[in-house]
Parts: sequence; structure tokens; C-alpha cells
Amino acid sequence: MSGRAWKFGDNISTDLIAAGRYAHLRTNLPELTKHVLEDARDEFRTGVKPGDFVVGGKNFGLGSSREHAPTIIKMSGTSCVAAKSFARIFFRNCINIGLPAVRVDTDRIDDGDELELDLAAGALRNMTKGIELPFPPMPKVMTDILDAGGLVPYLKKNKGFVI
Amino acid sequence: MPLTLAEKLISMHAGREVHAGELTVVKVDFAYVQDWTGPLTVDKIAELGMGLSKVPSHTAVFIDHASPSSFKEVSTGHVKLREYAKSSGCLIHDIGEGVSHLVLGERITSPGMLMLGADSHTCQGGALGAFATGMGSTDIGVAIATGETWMLVPEAIRVEVTGRLKPGVYSKDIILYLIGSIGSDGATYQSLEFFGDTIENLSVPGRTTISSMAVEAGAKCGLFESDGHTREWLRENGREGDYKEIKADRGAGYARAINIDAASLEPMVSFPHMVDNTRPISHPDCRDVPVHQAYLGSTTNGYFEDFEAAARVLKGRHTAPGTRLVITPGTKSVYRKMMSSGLMDVFLDAGGVINSPGCGACPGSHEGILGDGENCVASINRNFKGRMGNPKSFVYLASPATVAASAIEGKLADPRRYL
Repeated sequence: MSGRAWKFGDNISTDLIAAGRYAHLRTNLPELTKHVLEDARDEFRTGVKPGDFVVGGKNFGLGSSREHAPTIIKMSGTSCVAAKSFARIFFRNCINIGLPAVRVDTDRIDDGDELELDLAAGALRNMTKGIELPFPPMPKVMTDILDAGGLVPYLKKNKGFVI
Repeated sequence: MPLTLAEKLISMHAGREVHAGELTVVKVDFAYVQDWTGPLTVDKIAELGMGLSKVPSHTAVFIDHASPSSFKEVSTGHVKLREYAKSSGCLIHDIGEGVSHLVLGERITSPGMLMLGADSHTCQGGALGAFATGMGSTDIGVAIATGETWMLVPEAIRVEVTGRLKPGVYSKDIILYLIGSIGSDGATYQSLEFFGDTIENLSVPGRTTISSMAVEAGAKCGLFESDGHTREWLRENGREGDYKEIKADRGAGYARAINIDAASLEPMVSFPHMVDNTRPISHPDCRDVPVHQAYLGSTTNGYFEDFEAAARVLKGRHTAPGTRLVITPGTKSVYRKMMSSGLMDVFLDAGGVINSPGCGACPGSHEGILGDGENCVASINRNFKGRMGNPKSFVYLASPATVAASAIEGKLADPRRYL
């Protein structure tokens, strides 16, 4: 997976990703996706290309439990969210819907840098800068869920949690 | 090995003793959704194909976020939830019943339970000694269908609050002060556990304000031991038999300890657009901040004693010209008590407008959306950009008494002047 980096700051809340004023679009995800990250950086929703990366600072995804937030990031074509740290529910939601979320030093990524994700190697490569950014390994249950494509396919396969 | 509250409560549902840092599968006692996250959960349950609900009597749907609905698309989501409740046989609390966590606090949440909700403020259940945490729609769908989930046993932070709160200072001020001190990610993935004589003296509604906002510091849960106040609350709500003694073990291992001197606290305000952007009301930044809307309600300050604190300030007074006062009772029983006790008259006489019970204006889709450039001081839990429906507006968080004082003066104001 490779694409360009879209940089965002610290504390990107789920209200900035999927605003409450568009709650009526939650049953129409393609329409809600047209407003993804609108209040954080308006040009993202029209400029994002398949494979691109959302790159945040610390505490990415804080706030509500709305799974619509990572879902519309994924539906925008984004291949991965990278941040210095994530809020708990958002991180879990990403994995559950099969959207890789990795913790790396995002100070070493500039807006527009070409990135490549290597999940197996546990690293994000910044092709523009020629550097490799390692991320801490996830618990096996999380990599299994991600490998299966999300929690629903994981459970269909395993019939329960394998810890 | 001595256990923290989180370790103890999770162990009770894991079938073995577990400790911080371990992964475990747990049995879920109760799982619920609300109308913004529920329709997606219903889709996930169908996709999963493992049944509609493992234990329908321990599954609930709440229509509280848009209640009643103001959009046809949301109403169609409500139709889906009502159909799911009918076909699965689960509990449903339709429009006007109130905010999920507050209704559960009255009727279901009990010490020792493990509860999951598709709403981040599910952590509020910790006020009653339950392990309660929020998750997304898929996780909750799985918990409803299978009766289980997996979790990481969190490390815990021991928050010791001691001393007597001054008049005009409330539990809301304690939690805003704490979040301001540790930051909006100061407890990420951790369990915030509250102890000390100030906490022992707080009623369950007072504790509820604190536990609901644990997530605003990133915490997985905000836990309290059960005690006489817990028992009293359960008795008032006709379910004293649900009482169970839940205490942390002496000598349990905490990742860190935080001490708060309650007697030194002042009324606190969170400035836009972050919950941890706090100031004491005496700070110069709090001077001459105009308030266009004062808002009372939300899961964080939605019980009767929250409105009572505001009414004490507002009684016999009126909002300033140009300032609106909007009030949303947390539950139907709170609404009834506000009528029978005369609180409604105090609010109406003060110029207030009263919504039906539910989430009201807090999540930003109806019943008090702000205009461009407007400021709102609200007894809610979040002030992120766009939170109350308009990214060009500004939300200040405070206690109900501070909201009431600000409504009277038309600018951020210290409630102690009116007590």
C-alpha cells in the first residue's frame, strides 16, 4: 500500500472527522464520506486519492465512539492512518473495520510525502525522505482481526475470540 | 495479589484472576446502543449471522440523540431500531425516556456489572461500581450477538480527592480540574479510579458527572467503590437488592497516583475547543466572555441535583438580555421531579426553554444549535470544534451553577456570587 501523506495536527476529534451536524447522513455512508475531515482540513475530502495516508499528531480520534469516523476515512480510499498516538475507541474501531492504524513518529513525515505501509515488517516507509519508521507490534488478536479484514470476517472464520 | 477496581471487576467476568496488561475474553452482562450508532450495529449483527441477541433482556436500544427526530433520515434509522427491538425482543427506550446512561443508572447499572455501550460516555456506569466502557458499533454488535468481548486489562491511575468542596464548587469542577491537569490523553487506555473523603461524600449523581468524563482524559473507565451512597441511590430507585460490595484491594498496584485538594478548587471552565483547556473562573481570561446561549443538561449533568444546583442560582432572577437559556432534563423521571418540585417554574420564570428528555443540544444535531460566532456555556462534556452543531461557534464547559450564573450576567460568571 502506498500513497501521499495528508498531514493533520494533534487531537483530531471524531467531531472533526464525522461532524454531528451530518448525523442524518449516518445511514448513507457514501454521502457522509463526502464530508470526511471537513472541519479539520476541507481540501482533503475532494483531494484524497486511493492509497493515500491520513497522518495525525497525538491523540488522533478522540471523542465519540462513532465508528462512522474511521469508516468514512476508509471509504475515502485512505489506506492507513498513522499518528503519534490514538484515542482508545477510535483505534479499536479502525482495526475492527480492517483499516490499519499505526503509531509512528509522524514528525518525520511532511505533507505530500510518498509513504508505503509494510504491515508484515512493522514499518511505515517514507519514500520521499528515504527513511523507515517502525511501529510497535499489536497484540496477536488485533493483527488477526486486521488480517481477516475486520472483526466480522474474523468471527465468521474463528467462531469466537482466540486470545 | 491485591487488585485495582478494574482488575477486580474484569476478573469477575473473565472466570480467572487477571492483571493489568493481560488480554482476556470477558462475559458481558449488558450491551446497548443509541440511535446514532445503533443502525450500524444492527447491520453488523445481520452481517455476522450469529443471532439477533444472545440475551435480549440484557440488550437495549435507546433513542436519545435525536429525540424526537428532526431529520427524515434519522427517523428512518429509528424505524430500523424499533424493528430490531421487536424482532430480537430486546429492551427499547424510545423518544422522551432520556439519555441511555442516565436511564440505565436509574434502572439497571449495578455494582459488579460489566457493561458495554456503543457510546463513548458508557464509562459513566463506573459511578455505581460497574465496569462500563464505550466501543464502536461492530464491537457492540458482536457483544450483543455473542455475549462476549475481548479486552486489555487496563493499568489504573489512583485519584485521591480530599477536603471539603467550597459552596459553589461541584464534582464537575473536580473532573474539569483533573482533565486540565493531566490532559485529554492523560489517561489513555487506563482506568481512572477515585478515592478519598471528598469522593466518599459525593452522591451517585455527583460521581456520575465524574465517571462520564473519564473518557475525556482518554480513560477506558472511571471507577468508584460501592458504599452507602450507592445503596441509597439503589433504594431510591426501588432496587436496593442490586447492591453489592465492590472495593479495591489495599496495596493494589497503580501506574500513578494523583492527589487533589478539593478545598482549594474554584469553579472551572474549559475553553474552546479542547476539554483540557481549563481555567479557574477567577482567571483574567474568564472576564467579559459574552454568552449567547447557556445550556443545562447532557449525560454529564442530567440528574435532578444538577438542575437543582442551577435553580438555586436562578431562583427569582432572569437571564440577561440577549442570552438564551436552554434546558434538557436527563430522563423522564428527572423531568417529572422538575415539575413536581417547582424547578420548571424557576427556569420558566428565569426565561428558560425546556426540551424533552434526551441528549438535547449536546451532540449537535438539534434543540439548540449555535449560530456563527456565538458562544455557549454548557454543562456538557465536550467542546470540540463543531460539537454543538456549528464549527463557527464556541463552547465553554462548566458546572450547572456556573452556567446559571453566566445566563444571569450574559457572560461567564462565578456562581458563588449567587449562593
